[in-house]
Amino acid sequence: MKFVDEFRDGALAKKLASRIAQSVRADRDYAFMEFCGGHTHAISRYGVEDLLPANVRMVHGPGCPVCVLPVGRIDTAIRLARDPRVTLCTYGDLMRVPGSNGTSLMKAKAEGADIRMVYSTLDALRIAEAEPGREVVFFAIGFETTTPPTAIAIKLAGKKGLTNFTVFCNHVLTPSAIQNILESPDVRDLGTVRIDGFVGPAHVSTVIGTEPYAFFAEEFEKPVVIAGFEPLDVLQAVAMLVDQVNEGRHEVENEYTRAVTPEGNEVAKAEVAEVFELRRSFEWRGLGEVPYSALKLKAKYADFDAEARFDLEYIPADDNPACDCGAILRGVKEPADCKLFGTVCTPETPMGSCMVSSEGACAAHWTYGRFRAASRVKRAS
Amino acid sequence: MCLALPAEVTELLGDDMARVSLDGVGKEISIALVPDVAVGDYVILHVGYALSRLDKAEAEKTLALFAEAGLTSDAAQ
Repeated sequence: MKFVDEFRDGALAKKLASRIAQSVRADRDYAFMEFCGGHTHAISRYGVEDLLPANVRMVHGPGCPVCVLPVGRIDTAIRLARDPRVTLCTYGDLMRVPGSNGTSLMKAKAEGADIRMVYSTLDALRIAEAEPGREVVFFAIGFETTTPPTAIAIKLAGKKGLTNFTVFCNHVLTPSAIQNILESPDVRDLGTVRIDGFVGPAHVSTVIGTEPYAFFAEEFEKPVVIAGFEPLDVLQAVAMLVDQVNEGRHEVENEYTRAVTPEGNEVAKAEVAEVFELRRSFEWRGLGEVPYSALKLKAKYADFDAEARFDLEYIPADDNPACDCGAILRGVKEPADCKLFGTVCTPETPMGSCMVSSEGACAAHWTYGRFRAASRVKRAS
Repeated sequence: MCLALPAEVTELLGDDMARVSLDGVGKEISIALVPDVAVGDYVILHVGYALSRLDKAEAEKTLALFAEAGLTSDAAQ
């Protein structure tokens, strides 16, 4: 596919790998966190770690919106879907995320709840138009990438005069999460992991641009390189991060110039600013309550707010106590460190969110990494 | 969730909608967020919406940068 295959070229990957091998200093090691699940997936799928020198380690971050949604929010969506008036529309990756007591949207659907998977917010709007007798609720989640499409749908619903369309808003913000990884009281409980720099989000940055990351580069003295989701993009980003570390720099650099500009997508940012405002606090799975890290609908769009219409009360719920998703999302533990991994928790029967989404660290390791890890042990012994 | 793909705009349909081709597969998408695209442009497509225009010249530059990366090591070998 054009603009995809070129960025997966094996010969170029070898060149980039040899450049990284030449650049790294033998007397130190490097730990870089890739924030996005898309990068985690690419790193596992294409074996990027095998191309990196032994002293360069990738730490998987919390940037998968499905993985960071807390159990309480899934429970709320399930309660909502069980309301006989409601048709709940959602992106497919949410269907199998475990709620409390072994429930999920998939199980609620099997029990008769009207839950429909949609590809786009426009599909949810079409359902609301076609079925005026139903209360159609769009279960909205995602980072800055999926927020503008939700904003457009709400404004279109207003234009069309739809009174049976609402949004259960769970949109979250990338910069707050990165800041939370670097400084938060939870670090005391979960421990922390050294991070020398970040591989910054690809598609989130098409919307917000590169400017919001300048704060981290300056305040926390961490380099950030925005990178595309293809394996060569990741390798190039690592090369750029190694250079910055070696030279003692901490700047925001953009590897993904083919899609990301410094200012981002002004139209998308304006649509989001028009419809949404900051929540004072929002619970993240693995990160706990993070101040000003999520969005809610502005008062003038209250008619489209499912939380107002259905008087939704948020009841926090605990994760499965044996599940290490929290520590894995922070990069403190690796998937194989969790005692549920590969035993009761697999992509077919996920216990935690990191196993549900294909972008989750556990699912990526299960699908692409576990045999490599096993063969590495065998070689070493 | 945040994965997206480059798609080629093949037809503008009005009402902020366009038809795109994803490696030959046709699809109708919203261009409300990237209103000034033209036929032949590549856009980053995510959940039915174009998020940004893909800059062909920048893509070529990035690939050229990759190609240069290992030249010094090749010379050394």
